[in-house]
Amino acid sequence: MKERKDRVAQMHLPAGYQMEHDPDDLWGDARVIVNIGPTHPAMHGALRMVAKLNGETIEKSYCEFGFTHRAKEKLGENRTFHNFIVYTDRLNYCSALINNVTYVRAVEKLMGVEVPDRCIWIRMICCELARITDHLICVGINAVDLGAFSFFLYGFHQREEAYTLIEKLCGARLTTSYPRVGGLMADAPEGFEKELKAWVLKTREVIDEMDELLTNNKIWLKRTVGISVFDKEKCLQYSYTGPNARAAGIDIDLRRDQPCMFYKDVEFDVPISQNGDVYDRYMIRIAEMRQSLNILSQCADRIKKGSIWTEDKRVRIPDKDIVHNTMEGMIYHFKFFMTGFDVPEGEAYTQFEAANGELGFYIVSKGSPRAHRMRIRGPSVWHYQGLTPMVEGEKIADMVAGLGSINVIAGELDR
Amino acid sequence: METFDWIATGAKIAFLVVILLQVVPIMSWVERRGSALMQNRLGPNRLGPLGLFQAIADAIKFIWKEDSIPSHVIPFYYFIAPLVSFVPSFITFAVIPFASSISIDGHVVHFQVADLNVGLLYVFSVASLGVYGIIMAGWASNSKYTMLGALRSASQMISYELSMGLSVVGIIMCFSSVKLGDIARQQGELLTHLGPFVIPSSFHIPKWGIFVQPLGFLIFLISVFAETNRLPFDLPEGESEIVAGYHLEYGSMKFAMFMMAEYLNMTTASGLLATLFFGGWQLLPGMGFLLHGFQNIFNLSSMACEWTRIFFEIASFGIKVVFFMWFFVWVRWTLPRFRYDQLMDLGWKVMLPLSLANIGVTAAFAYYGWI
Repeated sequence: MKERKDRVAQMHLPAGYQMEHDPDDLWGDARVIVNIGPTHPAMHGALRMVAKLNGETIEKSYCEFGFTHRAKEKLGENRTFHNFIVYTDRLNYCSALINNVTYVRAVEKLMGVEVPDRCIWIRMICCELARITDHLICVGINAVDLGAFSFFLYGFHQREEAYTLIEKLCGARLTTSYPRVGGLMADAPEGFEKELKAWVLKTREVIDEMDELLTNNKIWLKRTVGISVFDKEKCLQYSYTGPNARAAGIDIDLRRDQPCMFYKDVEFDVPISQNGDVYDRYMIRIAEMRQSLNILSQCADRIKKGSIWTEDKRVRIPDKDIVHNTMEGMIYHFKFFMTGFDVPEGEAYTQFEAANGELGFYIVSKGSPRAHRMRIRGPSVWHYQGLTPMVEGEKIADMVAGLGSINVIAGELDR
Repeated sequence: METFDWIATGAKIAFLVVILLQVVPIMSWVERRGSALMQNRLGPNRLGPLGLFQAIADAIKFIWKEDSIPSHVIPFYYFIAPLVSFVPSFITFAVIPFASSISIDGHVVHFQVADLNVGLLYVFSVASLGVYGIIMAGWASNSKYTMLGALRSASQMISYELSMGLSVVGIIMCFSSVKLGDIARQQGELLTHLGPFVIPSSFHIPKWGIFVQPLGFLIFLISVFAETNRLPFDLPEGESEIVAGYHLEYGSMKFAMFMMAEYLNMTTASGLLATLFFGGWQLLPGMGFLLHGFQNIFNLSSMACEWTRIFFEIASFGIKVVFFMWFFVWVRWTLPRFRYDQLMDLGWKVMLPLSLANIGVTAAFAYYGWI
């Protein structure tokens, strides 16, 4: 018993530690340093914040990341361009398809490969589906952190339905690895457009329902309006992009500003808000989901039958029929997957409006089947840097709301 | 006390204890299935009919889990804390009447374990003991998050106890008694006038607490949510903010005791809501007809008649309690959580002035003889 007491006493003050006393600061000793994370339930993924608390107010804090570092960029230099597609799934795993598409577009840009229209339309559908799943999970988890569990599950069901659609495309739900350099793993199944449209209709209803449940709730407003504000200036300082920047009044959306794929040809709005608080980020995401649904229904209308593979022989994966029936096909197939295809010398940066913000792949090639340098710009890195100034002087509960609203995904943050 | 009284009291205690101990597993099932119903999912449905045996499985699991003790706790308080929060939640129910009285061989038996002359005061004093368990748990666990949880709950429960106590003062004024038995009995009378306005005789409604003290009811309802640490006021636990709050370092049965205390507190709060504002054991509208019909059809003897009446009263009290228990679940899965300082603002700047105003208005009404 006594021993235990001693141990307790030691825990408060380690041996040789001298407490610094400011004689004028009556409450100096009231500060407590709390480790929030990396296993804290509010930390989405393994993130760590060390906070100095005065009561429940965060006076000072710093954020740490890297707990799930897997050296993705280095892996990119050791895997063939084709092999690396699976690694991009694990960046932002809430919207894996966007990463896949952006990566293969980066490689295609280096090689100068053009893909047929149907392929592009399907890729656009993938991106928008992924964006909706990402936003659904973001607003949902943000609400869970603030105690509104039902709201989360409303959206989560529809997210599962979206994954069922994705499963129909590529057979996987979370880690999709669907696009290939120069094409897609498989064509969309018969009647996919119809199912997509039905899903779009249902999701519209669900989002309206979610909106009704939470948006005007007094407690929700109290917890989110004016909380964790990151204004325009701060957003520019910290290179915020995506919904977080748009919530603070920065009018950027790479889909509109640097149109790629067929984003020029579809109509959509870019919702902007001015305050940059948790509520605005939530509203922006809700509005963006509606815009994505608009894009999806346009895509479903305009998608035509056709090939999903480029004619470029360098990257085209040979059809199974040729592989199984001809010697040349077999050898080509073997060479394709074992050594990969050569990418001409050069460097390219390809960016795309991912669900979180600007996702970029910077690839330097020296003419081999492996990248010489690979660099990934994950928006979460920049967003997470801003957490410390964002929550300074706020309560722990506000920090939880703030972190949930900027949608930091550990996979993309640590890479 | 005579032998008969001892036996009667023992029987009543046994009845209540058995019922209350059943409430915990049933409520945990209701909570899961209820939330599943609201969230468009199934909930536990594997074990037994409708997953009812899930609660038994949970109990077995809790009992057989290793009773691990973290090395950094202060043992005595760490062990005693679950008990300190569990026992008060259990004994509050002693003063809540769950039916009227019956006379057996000339002895009048009240269906209430103890009709204390300080009834409501007893309720509040015992209910506020519960916070000691939470503070002890938070302190003895010797961890920062538990400490934060304990501090939150201490300030929350103390603040809301004020408005909760004051909101009931109006009821005490209306019924001129703090004995819960009296309060329940008087609610069977008819409400003949609403303030200065006389209600025509065909529109008479029972004099339930909610009709004479609507504001008091609202304040009391919100306060008991805070007192029982349920959403939207579950800040002491606040799993996303301070992990699990005061019971973070507890496992196995010790954790289960905190959970049981929470559900029992809910039951007590529902019992109080029913007794103070919804007529307690007074029959629900329509149940009187049912009772008379029942008695006439079966042509019961006078003693059997009495027991049927008691049965109907217990049932009617039970229905009211069950409704409020469901209400607790309903609110929990609908609303987000308050922030700590907003909760305090609500408690001190809104609830307290409102409850004081309620007392003032009630006093004025009582002075003019309108109540």
